[in-house]
Amino acid sequence: MEFLQQLVNGVSLGSIYALIALGYTMVYGIVKLINFAHGDVFMVGAFIGFYSITILDLGFFPSLLISMVTCAILGVLIERIAYKPLRNATRIAALITAIGVSLLIEYGMIYVRGAQPEAYPGNLIPATSIDFLGVKVSSQSLLILGTSLVLMILLQFIVHKTKIGKAMRAVSHDMDAARLMGINVNNTISATFAIGSALAGAAGVAFGMYYTKIEPLMGIIPGLKAFVAAVLGGIGIIPGAMVGGLLLGVIESLVSAAGFSLWRDGVAFVVLILILIFRPAGLFGKNVREKV
Amino acid sequence: MNILKGAKGFWSSIVLAVVFGIVMQFLITGEIINFFYVNTLYFIGINIILAASLHLIIGITGQFSIGHAGFLAVGAYASAIITMKLELPFSLGLLAGGVAAAIAGLIIGIPTLRLKGDYLAIATLGFGEIVRIIFLNIEYVGGASGMTVTQLTTWPWLFGSILLTLLVIRNFTNSTHGRACISVRENEIAADAMGINTTYYKVIAFAIGAFFAGVAGALYAHNFFIIQPTNFGFLKSFDILIFVVLGGLGSLSGAVLSAILLTIVSTYLQSYPELRMIIYSLVLIIMMLYRPQGIMGTRELTSFFKFGKSGKGGVNDDSKQPVA
Repeated sequence: MEFLQQLVNGVSLGSIYALIALGYTMVYGIVKLINFAHGDVFMVGAFIGFYSITILDLGFFPSLLISMVTCAILGVLIERIAYKPLRNATRIAALITAIGVSLLIEYGMIYVRGAQPEAYPGNLIPATSIDFLGVKVSSQSLLILGTSLVLMILLQFIVHKTKIGKAMRAVSHDMDAARLMGINVNNTISATFAIGSALAGAAGVAFGMYYTKIEPLMGIIPGLKAFVAAVLGGIGIIPGAMVGGLLLGVIESLVSAAGFSLWRDGVAFVVLILILIFRPAGLFGKNVREKV
Repeated sequence: MNILKGAKGFWSSIVLAVVFGIVMQFLITGEIINFFYVNTLYFIGINIILAASLHLIIGITGQFSIGHAGFLAVGAYASAIITMKLELPFSLGLLAGGVAAAIAGLIIGIPTLRLKGDYLAIATLGFGEIVRIIFLNIEYVGGASGMTVTQLTTWPWLFGSILLTLLVIRNFTNSTHGRACISVRENEIAADAMGINTTYYKVIAFAIGAFFAGVAGALYAHNFFIIQPTNFGFLKSFDILIFVVLGGLGSLSGAVLSAILLTIVSTYLQSYPELRMIIYSLVLIIMMLYRPQGIMGTRELTSFFKFGKSGKGGVNDDSKQPVA
């Protein structure tokens, strides 16, 4: 039963990773950029959620919505100001800029509101838990899992059934050909950033609910781990990010259950190095032959 | 004749550097410059070694490694164990720090250097984090509370290490091996086609870079009184990366120059840590937007003194393409 319990915890944690990983993977799929600032968008999302709950006295879902919208705007701003001028620059320049944006958001946040942590209010939803086959599932875990599932299904719908989703798939396949076909590449990329950042914002609120403690540097480690999840599933592949996130969450929970909780953060990176060595294209990726 | 001329410049610069070192030694022992400036000087020195070592990996060989603080940590802890736990002399600790980091470089380099670009960057980042977490969990070296180290770093050791690092890296860059590394940077597939063992050179450059980062780690540990795993997080890696990128990828003097400049700037902004990071990140973004090749580009300081006379195809050749 202990094993099942850890599995449930792992899935809740993993769904948060999956939400962040989706943003990474979508952005990487379309502009081939590791958006290091993504973890900090997640942090901003957690804070927006916190302030709308405590100051505006809103419930969980309105706060979630506000957080998602604000993060989407932030994501588009980051893309337009920092990344768009570098679209044809070298990869290193883009990566360094992403690191710069990440540091700017983190320390800008500390500068604006100080480095002290905040505690999410615990009475947001009734704290009941359901016993299912001897496993205790808290209402929070259920809410987080449910929210992520709905968002992921929504994302699948957007990507596969709408016009903008079609444009996103076209641009990630071949940017120049898409432009020739009359697709507005800049708007499509902005839309990708908006959707990815909105998901990160939702993940931020979910994270705050689950762990209760939020602080300005909280985005770094979950951000990196979500990136690991994206690589695990095959970067640029949307179902891969979901599976990778859930898998990573479960692996972490099992490692802490086995009594190595201090090594938990290390495991994600061991997984990363192993996957990069043995299957660099990820679980869902196809090997691409290099052409000269 | 050309060789003699080059050698003359080489020896005169060494003599100049040694004179500078001796003068500084007198200034420090005579207490003409106060403790604050001496401390800043030590920081600058350690950062110069770090910047130069990463320059060899990123600037010369073109392998994007962002886990350099991992090697710094390995060197720091290895040397601290030698001097504190085994009570052996500092010189041995310095060497052990370098060798341990080089071995770590080989262990991580051989499997991961098959990766390219972003994947390599992420793998090295993961390596840096793993090193930090390992030290966090080993009780022998103090775990999270860290390890106390007596101050053994002195100016002659520091200066000797800087000189050695710069000499080895400069000469390596100008050797057959260095040129092979540059060819890997410019185009790996083409280098492979020309019969260069690209994996070998990548690993060699990685190990040498790691060695000097380890030496810097030893100096860092014995200057700081205490070493903790949190000192070696990836913010530290980014700091080193910023030296190299801001100075100009592929320019040793650029890396050294920006290490000096940025250390001075961050020392003066020490009392405003948030503001310091904000300025730092803004400089980084604006630099990448408007001058992505860095302060120096791929040029060296010496090339400014030889107007139009730089040799064709060498490291000082201005006609080269910027680093990918």
